[in-house]
Amino acid sequence: MSKAVSVLNGARFSGLAEVADAGLVGMITLRGDLESSAVAAAVQSTTGCAIPAVRKTVEASGNSVSWMSPDELLIVTAYDQVADLCAKLQEALTQEHALVVNVSDARSCFTLSGNGAREVLGKVAPVDFAADQFQPGDFRRSRLAQVAGAFWLDQGGAFHIVCFRSVGEYVFNLLKTAADPDAGVGVYS
Amino acid sequence: MLSACERSAHMSTRLAKQGRLIDRSKQIVFTFNGKSMLGHPGDTLASALLANDQMLVGRSFKYHRPRGLVASGAEEPNALVGLGSGTRYEPNQRATTTELFEGLAAQSQNHWPSLEFDIGIVNSKLFSRFLTAGFYYKMFMHPKPFWKHVYEPFIRQSAGLGKAPDKELVDADTYEHFYFFADVVIVGGGVAGLQAAKTAAATGAKVLLMEQNAHWGGRAPVDGGTIDGMEAEAWVTKTLDELRAMENVTLRDRMMGAGVYDHGYLLGYERLSDHMPGKPGPRHRLWRIRTKQIITATGAIERPLSFAGNDVPGVMLAASMRDYVVNWGVTPGKRVVIATNNDDAYRTALILKDAGVEVACVVDARRLGGGALAKQVRDAGIRVEDGRAIAKVAEGKRVTKVAICLQNGDGQSIEEIEADAVAMSGGWSPVVHLWSHCGGKLTWDDTQAHFRPDPNRAPLSHDGLPFVSTAGSASGPMGLGAVLSDAAEAGAKAAEAAGLPAQAPVAAVAEDVEETQMEPVWLMPANADIQHRMKSWLDYQNDVKVSDVQLAAREGFESVEHTKRYTTLGMATDQGKLSNINGLAILADSLGSEIPQVGTTTFRPPYHPISMGAIGGEARGEIFQPLRKTPMYAWNDKNGADWEPVGHWRRPFAYIRNGETQHDAVNREVKNTRENLGLLDASTLGKLIVKGPDAGKFLDLMYTNMMSNLKVGKCRYGLMCSENGFLMDDGVVARIDDDTWLCHTTTGGADRIHAHMEEWLQTEWWDMKVFVANVTEQYAQIAVVGPNARKVLEKLGGMDVSKEALPFMEWRDGEIGGFKARAYRISFSGELSYEIAVSASEGQAFWDALMAAGAEFGVMPYGTECLHILRAEKGFIMIGDETDGTVIPQDLGLHWALSKKKEDYIGKRAHSRSHMADPERWQLVGLETVDGSVLPDGAYAVGQGINANGQKNTIGRVTSTYFSASLNRGIAMGLVKHGRKRMGEVISFPGTDGKTYEAKIVDPVVYDKEGAKQDV
Repeated sequence: MSKAVSVLNGARFSGLAEVADAGLVGMITLRGDLESSAVAAAVQSTTGCAIPAVRKTVEASGNSVSWMSPDELLIVTAYDQVADLCAKLQEALTQEHALVVNVSDARSCFTLSGNGAREVLGKVAPVDFAADQFQPGDFRRSRLAQVAGAFWLDQGGAFHIVCFRSVGEYVFNLLKTAADPDAGVGVYS
Repeated sequence: MLSACERSAHMSTRLAKQGRLIDRSKQIVFTFNGKSMLGHPGDTLASALLANDQMLVGRSFKYHRPRGLVASGAEEPNALVGLGSGTRYEPNQRATTTELFEGLAAQSQNHWPSLEFDIGIVNSKLFSRFLTAGFYYKMFMHPKPFWKHVYEPFIRQSAGLGKAPDKELVDADTYEHFYFFADVVIVGGGVAGLQAAKTAAATGAKVLLMEQNAHWGGRAPVDGGTIDGMEAEAWVTKTLDELRAMENVTLRDRMMGAGVYDHGYLLGYERLSDHMPGKPGPRHRLWRIRTKQIITATGAIERPLSFAGNDVPGVMLAASMRDYVVNWGVTPGKRVVIATNNDDAYRTALILKDAGVEVACVVDARRLGGGALAKQVRDAGIRVEDGRAIAKVAEGKRVTKVAICLQNGDGQSIEEIEADAVAMSGGWSPVVHLWSHCGGKLTWDDTQAHFRPDPNRAPLSHDGLPFVSTAGSASGPMGLGAVLSDAAEAGAKAAEAAGLPAQAPVAAVAEDVEETQMEPVWLMPANADIQHRMKSWLDYQNDVKVSDVQLAAREGFESVEHTKRYTTLGMATDQGKLSNINGLAILADSLGSEIPQVGTTTFRPPYHPISMGAIGGEARGEIFQPLRKTPMYAWNDKNGADWEPVGHWRRPFAYIRNGETQHDAVNREVKNTRENLGLLDASTLGKLIVKGPDAGKFLDLMYTNMMSNLKVGKCRYGLMCSENGFLMDDGVVARIDDDTWLCHTTTGGADRIHAHMEEWLQTEWWDMKVFVANVTEQYAQIAVVGPNARKVLEKLGGMDVSKEALPFMEWRDGEIGGFKARAYRISFSGELSYEIAVSASEGQAFWDALMAAGAEFGVMPYGTECLHILRAEKGFIMIGDETDGTVIPQDLGLHWALSKKKEDYIGKRAHSRSHMADPERWQLVGLETVDGSVLPDGAYAVGQGINANGQKNTIGRVTSTYFSASLNRGIAMGLVKHGRKRMGEVISFPGTDGKTYEAKIVDPVVYDKEGAKQDV
């Protein structure tokens, strides 16, 4: 029996878009030289994903790898796989100057889906969410109103949102407020 | 009976015809000062008030003069009302921009006891000669004691127009922000804005067009003329349909361009439910827009004429008067006198006549009068007098009589005309606000006597290229044809500047009447005597007259910015939309200078006031401010936590039980932790992973003491100083493996120290191979403290936590009670203590396990106050208590933590400066009150003599002070001059409570000096 619980413990809200706590998600911060072939090989062999381009997310084999900065990646995997993946990455990077650290429990994750998702996120993040500007595979490390946040759009058209654990409740309430069914903007539909 | 007589003679009323914006088939009931009135959908509050013959809408600010509507739009200075009630009450709402809705309740402002009879007007008649320019500055200087007891209460009572909302009530509405991106944003949905949007959109540019009103087309449908062979209104409808059909165009009405900022940033203020309060959803939405190009198609504002009595209700701008007739089918009077210096006002004469309103006379200040439009007016049988002026409008609550004189005279009346309304036009000024917000410059146009944007000195973006342009009347031209061709060109140029393929602009073709040149008239009549000038208003809202500006000039105010502040010209909520040009023309004339030399005051956002709610956006209620919560937050909350804010975190100050005071709870927690077992939620402590081949070297530079020689598995307390040598953070560092360290920071320091490390790595030591990760929130960290600490961990079972397996200042990874855990043997309390880190997601479960297992050992959670007392008894410093950004480690007796072996560390050089090595610096000592009482926090110790200000010299201050339940007396630490040499001396701390506290200087460590209790 797992004793671990996510901050919102499966909460959902349906309005302009569907806001859902994504539950426990495995997350790894990898810091290293993203141009190095050793780092690319390590990431590819352990996650199945190539190194993403700037502000992009690559998805493969149930994992995803996102560009956080010129020397940082966010690797997402299943929560129960994270220790194993951390170990494999560390193993593959023994010869490299790199840092692999499990941050699964330091974060809260949400999904935002449905027709109004672009508009809802456009109320809290200073990003152009027009369909021709923010496409599947696009990723931003930005802010969600008053707190830091990152998000990407998956191939199925849902946004994945990550914030710090301590403000998970704030972000859920924020998204809920922005998704108020009576607060449609009507520019992306 | 007299008033009934008056009403029949003078009447503002609804006309039988006209009113293109109203729906006469429906009625709306609203109230003004409690009086029930009727209006129609499509009315503004202003048009509905006029339809109900409510000429008097407010009292002026200084003199409480009766005031009526002057304008029909955002420039209106007088008709400010308190709107709504209770949780939806808002002061200073403009009647002209307030759409009428069922049940609207408006209150006029700035009068007592009533709008009709106001006591202030009596005062103004007695005292108005004192309330001249600079009155506040002159009056309130002397005598000095009068300020507090006489002047300030007086000013407070009379300051501000509207009443502030009840401070106990919470705004019932919600607000939000929205981020939007475009190639070209056009502000203003008149014909110019529509034409510019059409041209820009034709290139494929992503276009946003916004209009502040609920209807599109601006003035054109009122002013007439044909566009592409059709009536202006038909062209507006057709163009709107075309734009709506384009995917690359976004149209928003009821949205005002509020401000233009650097690099193509623009604020749009959308009013979603002001026209139907209570409609679900946000009331206002603030659009935060990034765009490549901005076109301001904001039109122009008509200027008043400065004649005596130009503020009597019923005196109105000429174009606004015809707006009321055409748009809403209301007329402010039945017999109108028109005064003008340009041809445009003749349109008002024609429209009034057509609507069945008598035009008594058109008084044209130009000696040679007007052109084609004037001829049409004469042909319509309306009397026109050239070279004439209004000498005076008779004082009162509405217009009754107008005295006519020569424009070139001093105001000697030639004749008096009975009239109940006056339309005035002093020419037109382009709305240059948005152009100017970000540095766009203006040029003086002699022909039209106005400032217009200078296209050669546009606001520049990051690339040094213009990012704002103007279209239509906002550029200067006032004729329909010129407006459209200017707008078409602006649209095409902006799209090209935004990177879209160049296209030749195609402008709609307009037919309009040619106009004769206007003549500037800054004072009417030109040589008006002082009696007239004292009644010629420039700024209606702030009661600034021609004579005030002239006085300011005589008193030496040459700068327009100084004159503005001295006279308050243009400082009211309308920000001088009507008064600006007239005021500075008078100033220029008084100074014997030219208008362009005097210049304008600065235009600042917002264009028109926006709600505080819109600025705050969604940040209210539970999402007003993000609260950071630890994994055990909910449990803490349920178990009596008395919350204390620590940065954005909330930490339990103490866990208060039924019947306890906060003080009782703290004392219980202290005693229990010292005697049994305490648990502290320490999850907020910063945890930074520092890894890499150069990590040891890096940490030796970051900390004042050595970290590179720390053995794997061990912990060491470290200090961090800023470059200037001041102590900025402290914490325990653990060596995880050969090239990995884990640095604990203070709760408030986690993000700051992480950023500090990154900054040094990225900007100075970029060649060092070190990576840092902030893993603060990955762990729930629980301090298990007290004589029974080991017992509870052993009961849970798992890793060996004995003294031998896990000695003091070491750490081990393992399992406790089935939880994957990292256990640190560190102590901030002086007791046997462990800090156990588990994954944050399992934090609550682990806490539950400790509470259950700890029951037999007397477990109790403790809060931050207990933590502080335990550490203070041990003489441990606290960043933020013993330090305040001016304290160095030496002050605190922490010399042992300043490595002498290291070549360098941040702060080392600063420590060798003379002031840092000064023996006169205050030093940390313990303070023990003679009578056992608790010293007041922050109290200063006084020494001999007085300083230059006649105050007693200070020789120290209290940095931490508590009641110690362990010792049953007050304990304190403080910084004292020569403190370490003065052990045993008694010094005095005068409190703010009138008592003086005597305290003996002692060792800061008052509990278990040898440290035997923590090392077991």
